[in-house]
Order: sequence, then structure tokens, then C-alpha cells
Amino acid sequence: MTTAPEKTSAGDEQISGAEIVLQDVVKQYPGQKVPAVRSLSLTIPAGEIVMFVGPSGCGKTTSLKMINRLIEPTSGTILIDGQDVRQQSENQLRRQVGYVIQGGSLFPHMTVAKNIAIVPRLLGWDAEQTSRRVDELLDLVGLEPARYRDRYPRELSGGQQQRVGVARGLAADPPVILMDEPFGAVDPITRQRLQDELLSIQRELRKTIVCVTHDIDEAIKLGDRILILQEGAEVAQYDTPDVILSNPANDFVADFVGAGSSLKALSLARVSDVEIRSVTTARVGDPVAEVRQRAEANGDSSVVVLDQRGRPRGWPMLRQLKGDRIVEPAEELEIDIDERATLNDALDTMLSSRHGAAIVTGARDQYLGIVDFQAVTDHIRAMEEQGGE
Amino acid sequence: MSESVTAGPGGAPPDTGPDAEPGPEATPRAGRSRRRLDRETLLMLVVPPVLVAIVFAGYVWWRQTADLDETELRQLAWGTVGDQMWEHVKLTAVTSLLVVLIAVPLGVLLTRGRLSRLSPVVVGIANIGQAAPSVGLIVLLAMWRGFGFWTAVIALTLYGILPVLRNTITGLRGVDATLVEAGRGLGMSQGSVLLRVELPLASPVIMAGVRTSLVLVVGTATLATFINGGGLGGIINSGITLFRFDVMVAGAVLVALLALLIEWLGRLLELVTRPRGI
Repeated sequence: MTTAPEKTSAGDEQISGAEIVLQDVVKQYPGQKVPAVRSLSLTIPAGEIVMFVGPSGCGKTTSLKMINRLIEPTSGTILIDGQDVRQQSENQLRRQVGYVIQGGSLFPHMTVAKNIAIVPRLLGWDAEQTSRRVDELLDLVGLEPARYRDRYPRELSGGQQQRVGVARGLAADPPVILMDEPFGAVDPITRQRLQDELLSIQRELRKTIVCVTHDIDEAIKLGDRILILQEGAEVAQYDTPDVILSNPANDFVADFVGAGSSLKALSLARVSDVEIRSVTTARVGDPVAEVRQRAEANGDSSVVVLDQRGRPRGWPMLRQLKGDRIVEPAEELEIDIDERATLNDALDTMLSSRHGAAIVTGARDQYLGIVDFQAVTDHIRAMEEQGGE
Repeated sequence: MSESVTAGPGGAPPDTGPDAEPGPEATPRAGRSRRRLDRETLLMLVVPPVLVAIVFAGYVWWRQTADLDETELRQLAWGTVGDQMWEHVKLTAVTSLLVVLIAVPLGVLLTRGRLSRLSPVVVGIANIGQAAPSVGLIVLLAMWRGFGFWTAVIALTLYGILPVLRNTITGLRGVDATLVEAGRGLGMSQGSVLLRVELPLASPVIMAGVRTSLVLVVGTATLATFINGGGLGGIINSGITLFRFDVMVAGAVLVALLALLIEWLGRLLELVTRPRGI
């Protein structure tokens, strides 16, 4: 395992992640009769997001922390990219495994840039390379570098702190990233956004991400695979979300996944699965008269305003357009959604939009189109018909 | 749209409610890394030196105009007072340096690994020790170590260590354990976590202890004169032994002014060493 940024393996897509293998891993705390982790064997494929879920005290966090040796296993072997994690010092190991913690856990006395630069500094990167990397990462997590670099954590909202926490975990471009309830401390709307962003980032980076959560919906949404654990970190089921939903291995899994699993299927379908419609768009600075003409020709009563980098900024009605040129809307756009977002999230977002639709964005918030209720209900009907056959 | 967003007074912390969740373009209302200087801190920084200056001017005026006899003039000669003031400052400075050099590492040690189990005991002893009469401590030490400056320094150090030690332990314990784990999880060594995370975050509490200790030492140093350790206690002592009431009061006023000034310095130090961002 090296810190080389690009690690490609054979395949149609660039996977920068590394495979993790746990073999008969046991954790027995001294003075406790029952082991916290009885015997866990598991293969986490490179480039996938694997979610560890289970009731509290099931050993999911313990299992996660054994991967970067924050907790030393009592016995068993953990391999990252075929190498035993005990071959190198714990500090060396951890500098090559990203770590993202609930709420971001930023150091309050360090600026955003210093927080992100911790691992690069430990690895001895030079100042220029480090600062370039910091800016790159801030951009990646959707924070404008010039504006946020020198802020202190207390000057950021919870969601922004969490974004910086993710950037810090990605700083040295580690092949493996461990996340411990990363989005547990933020409100539901922010959480949904952060989840979408994580999926968007992962689409670009293809890391191996191991993420602990107690929220089965989050697991279904984010996970390529889900590991459902019972007490003593016993594997109840380890499979893809759709298999777990359609085919729970036992009563425990069925209970844990919970009722209304057909509704949960809405969390499985992504916005990219349904039909995305295109509407008239306008760039900031376009002449209003020309935009109005185009929209009327298309039969649209509203236009989506994009900024110079192709990111949606607003969705005004035609009659709201004033002046000669399209100006950048002052308020934050709140009805945009990533194409990897679930239909569940999409419905949520649509409900708060007066257009009854949401703007769909792709990598780095690029505008893709819009999705409306009609498209979602059509998709649900199609799914039901498929299921009925 | 940064023009449309005004920084709140004093850098109010940003909302974390759903409405406040800003996307890439939003600016939290907090002032950019501005050090918080609230009204009270400002007042405590400005008032004491002004007060000290006024009272000292009053002393000078009294000293120059009062009708003093020869003994009083000898006791309150500018040279003598200056020397004693300097000794007093030296006692305080040397002691405080020793206090920090001993108490902070000791406090760190008592929060690491197995030794941390001892820390409640030590804090308990420290609290009791604080109640021990300082005169007793100084005299006992003098019987053992003999009279002089350094015996006074040792006694004052023993006395001054306690608040710093207690605050170092409390401060380090108060550091959010998840931040320590975050540091370790990112691959920082234990020493690096201590130096770059724990001590900076604990420093406001530690510095508060240092200030308490400074005030304690500058006051207690008045007793050093009993074991020939020097200091402004000399003037007060002469005032008492010679039945010169005004000499005694003059000495007391000078000690009080020095203590106020040193307390102010401690406050300044606290403010300057406080890491930005917390």
C-alpha cells in the first residue's frame, strides 16, 4: 500500500480503492465475559461503499476501528490490499486510511485549511503541494476555497463542518476511508445533501469506503453492500441493498429493515433511474428578452438559471424576470438534487418546490435536467408491474 | 453575494438549523476569525492600569508633600522602595517561571496512562495544601534550608504550583475525547496530539491557573522579608516594628498596586495565548 494517488486495477472504471479482508477477527475486552466481536470474517471489495449497520452495542464501531487499529484485535488478521495492517506502525497505517467522524470532529483551534492539511503535513508534503490539495478538496466538497480556507470551525454550520471533515479524511488520497456515523449529527435535510454529495464524490474517486451507521435508510441509500450485524458482531446478512430488502436472510434482518419495505424500495431507486426532462435554461448575464422568447417557444413558463460553471442557481417564473440581463439569484437554491439521490429524497424535495419538480445535478453540481411527480409515479407504476409479473 | 451578508457583532455563531444549512455560496454570519473582545474583557484590560496609575500618582504626591520625620523618610526613600519593588518582582517572576516549568509537565504526566488514576488524589492534596497557612510553610522551609532569596522562592513555588497543577489537569481532562481520538485516527502520534491538540485546547484553563498563581505569589511574596528574602514586605514590616502607621500603609498600597499590575499582566497573557478559533 502506498500513498500514490492513482491506483488503478483492471476494470472498466478507475478504482482508487483497495480491498479489505477481515479473517476471524476477535475482540475480547479484558474483564468482559462476552467478546465484543466474536469472530468476524468479511471481504470488502475495492471501490465499494460498505455500510455496517446493527443495533447499538452490536460491535459495528469496534469492527470499524479495528481496521485502522484504533482498537487492536485480540486475534485474527486484517488485510488492506493484501497487506496485514500490523506490518507497519499504527501511525503509518492511519495516515494511509482516511478517517471521518461524526460531526466532523474538527480541531476548533485550527483553520479549515490546517484541519484538512493534517495528514499531508504528517506525510511531509511541501507547503505548496499541501495548499493546492486543500483548495482542490474544498472545491470537491462544495466549499469555495477562497472563502472558507481561513475560517475557524466555529464559524461554519454543522453541515459545512461535516464537509470539511470529509475533505480531511480524503486529504492524502487514501485508498480506504473509514466513516464513523459521519452524518449523525446534522439535521435531516442537511444529511440528505451530504449523502448525495458523498455519492457524487465517490462516483469520481471510487474509494473503498467503510461506513458505520445505525440508520438503515442511510445504509440502503449509500451502500453498494450492507453488513447487518447482530450482537457480538455476528453477521446477520451481508449483501446488496436490493437483496436485503427483497430477501432478508432471517427474522432479525426482516425486523431490522422494518415494515414498509416496498416504500423503502423508493430509497433504492435513484433519480437517474427515472426520466429526466429538460427545460429552458439561461446563463447568468443572458439578455432577458431572448430568454423569454426561447422559453415561450418551448412552452415553458419558467427557466432554470445556471451560473458560469453550469451549476443551477435558481428557477424563476418568466414573469419574475426583470431588467435587461439575468442576474444571479441572491438566495440559496434548495430544490436541487443529485442524480444519485433516492426517489424518496426526490419526492421530499419536490414537495418543497412550487414547480412540483426538482432540479437534477450531476458531478460537481452540473445541471442535468429536472424531475417531476409524473416521472416518479410512472416509475413506481412500472416497478409494480414488473413485480406483479 | 458577500456584500449582502453582514457580519454579526462579535461574530455570532452560525445557526445550524435546516434553514441555515448553506450551500457553497452561503456565508455564515460569523466574523472572520475575529478574536472575541467583549465588553467585560475590554474593561478588565483598560481599568486596572488606569487605576494603578492614578493611585500611584496619588502616592507620589503624598510622598512628596507629606510631613515625614527622618525615620519615615529613610524607610520610604525612593532608592529603598525601588530596590524592594525590584526584589519583589524578581521573587514573583522566578517563582512563576519555576511554577509553570514544574506544574504543567507534572499535570500532563498525571493525565497520561496509569498515572491518571493518581490525579484525583493529587488534585485533592492540592486543594488541601492551598488551605495551609503560607507563613507556616515559609518559616518551616527556612528552618530547614536557611534564610534567603532561594528559600523564599522554593516556598512560594510550592505554594504557587497548586493552582497551575490543578488547572492543567482539569484543562486536559476537559478536552473532548473524540478530538483526541480524531487526532490519533488521522495518524498523529501521542506526543503530537498532546502538543498540537490537547495543550492548545486546554491552554485557556491552564493560563487561568497561571494567573491565579501569579496573584497568589505576588501577595505571598510579602512574607519573604521574614526569612530575609527581600521584597516590599520589608516596608510593611518596618512600619509595624517602628510603629509608623503611614509607612505600613504606604507599603501595603505599593504591594496592592504591584499585585493589580501583575494580575493585569496575567490577564493580558491569557488573552494573547488563547488560541484563535476557541
